[in-house]
Amino acid sequence: MIDVTGLKKSFGSNEVLKGITTKINKGEVIAVIGPSGSGKSTFLRCLNLLETHNGGSIKLDGKETGQLENHLRKKVGMVFQHFNLFPHLTVLENITFAPQQVLKIKKKEAEKEALELLNAVGLADKADAYPSRLSGGQKQRVAIARALAMKPEIMLFDEPTSALDPEMVKEVLQVMKNLVKTGMTMVIVTHEMGFAKEVADRILFMDDGRLVEDEKPAVFFENPKTERAQVFLEKVL
Amino acid sequence: MNLDFAQLVPSIPYITYGIWVTLQFVAVSLVLGFLWGTVLSLFKIGKIAILRWFADAYTSVFRGTPLILQMLIIYYAVPQLTGMDIGAFAAGVLTFALNSAAYISEIIRAGINAVDKGQKEAALALGIPYQTMMLKIILPQAMKNILPALMNEFITLTKESAIVSVIGALDIMRRAQIVGASNYRFFEPLLLAGLIYYLLVMLLTLAGRMMERRLAKSD
Ligand SMILES: Nc1ncnc2c1ncn2[C@@H]1O[C@H](COP(=O)(O)OP(=O)(O)O)[C@@H](O)[C@H]1O
Ligand SMILES: [Mg+2]
Repeated sequence: MIDVTGLKKSFGSNEVLKGITTKINKGEVIAVIGPSGSGKSTFLRCLNLLETHNGGSIKLDGKETGQLENHLRKKVGMVFQHFNLFPHLTVLENITFAPQQVLKIKKKEAEKEALELLNAVGLADKADAYPSRLSGGQKQRVAIARALAMKPEIMLFDEPTSALDPEMVKEVLQVMKNLVKTGMTMVIVTHEMGFAKEVADRILFMDDGRLVEDEKPAVFFENPKTERAQVFLEKVL
Repeated sequence: MNLDFAQLVPSIPYITYGIWVTLQFVAVSLVLGFLWGTVLSLFKIGKIAILRWFADAYTSVFRGTPLILQMLIIYYAVPQLTGMDIGAFAAGVLTFALNSAAYISEIIRAGINAVDKGQKEAALALGIPYQTMMLKIILPQAMKNILPALMNEFITLTKESAIVSVIGALDIMRRAQIVGASNYRFFEPLLLAGLIYYLLVMLLTLAGRMMERRLAKSD
């Protein structure tokens, strides 16, 4: 569904992605791991055009993504480390805003779907609350519901639990696990190794702007091939 | 010391009526200045280079020349160029609107830039079009940073508005001068005018503080 070939990205003279080639197939759950600064976020942001790449290509169903900005944004949902909920809108409005504005869904219909999504993430009682009243874990669950309201075919997660207090990590991971069960295609940047091992079909290990390993979790965690992956795993496990 | 307020008393209503004129003048200028300033600020943060350049040059010129000069140019130049006599009040409003738009565009730009970058990214990622994002996501949040600064602009305008008396608009200042000239006593009416301006500014300052407190509460 997404084909990445020789993807390069520089900020000024700083080359952050040095040629990434990989494929994301429909229904796959992919965990992207690696040291901080290795380019994981930049990779993810290139996938939905929050950054424009300088080299290589990203194709969605065979078409260059650069030309399908609006189409692509409808198909790809994104969840951010810092939630980025709209603070001046209620939880319900946060979720219904884009479906109404972008997909032109009627308000009633959008609200009905939003309430179903809120139910699914266990926050139906918070529909009328403002984001400032929510805990971090609740905010992130709303953010996931907001992205899902656009009925994306792929969901991108950039360290969705890194800004949370430890006791809230679980509730967000649980929502993501439920999403995995629905067959959603997911690309997840994470430092939660246990979670990656459990849900991922493939692990992409990045280091210094390169895709160093692309393996099944069992292989990657038991027998990492490269020394860089071995060193990284020793530090985090 | 030779002060005589008794002689001023019959003229007090004439002078205080100027409050209405001045407030009307400032309010209309501010609303027009705000609308035009919003457009300029969107030029400044937009992607179109020529509009960015225009808005920056505009701001630079209006901030870099005396207000009274701008007003005299508009007051005398508009009739000369168009053959239309626009009158002192309209010339004053036009000047103040054009001038304050330059300052307000900077206020709004700063307010927009202070909104968390993640808001824009979240909107983009949801496929929300640029215009909708600006109007419904970014600007409402920017208002929180903008309103207090806008209130300051209101106060500045109220004080500076006294220069429209130069082209003969019948504001507080002009009325005080007229009364002074007819009584051959200037100190008393000018003192009264000063008191009125001061009270106006204090009132606006107070209103601004209350507004800030209410904004802070909604966090
Ligand atoms: N907008 C930006 N401007 C300049 N440099 C950036 C920007 N975003 C990321 N970088 C740089 O790119 C590198 C990779 O960053 P990032 O993709 O965030 O890594 P990771 O998510 O793996 O921690 C870092 O060196 C970072 O400083
Ligand atoms: Mg990152």
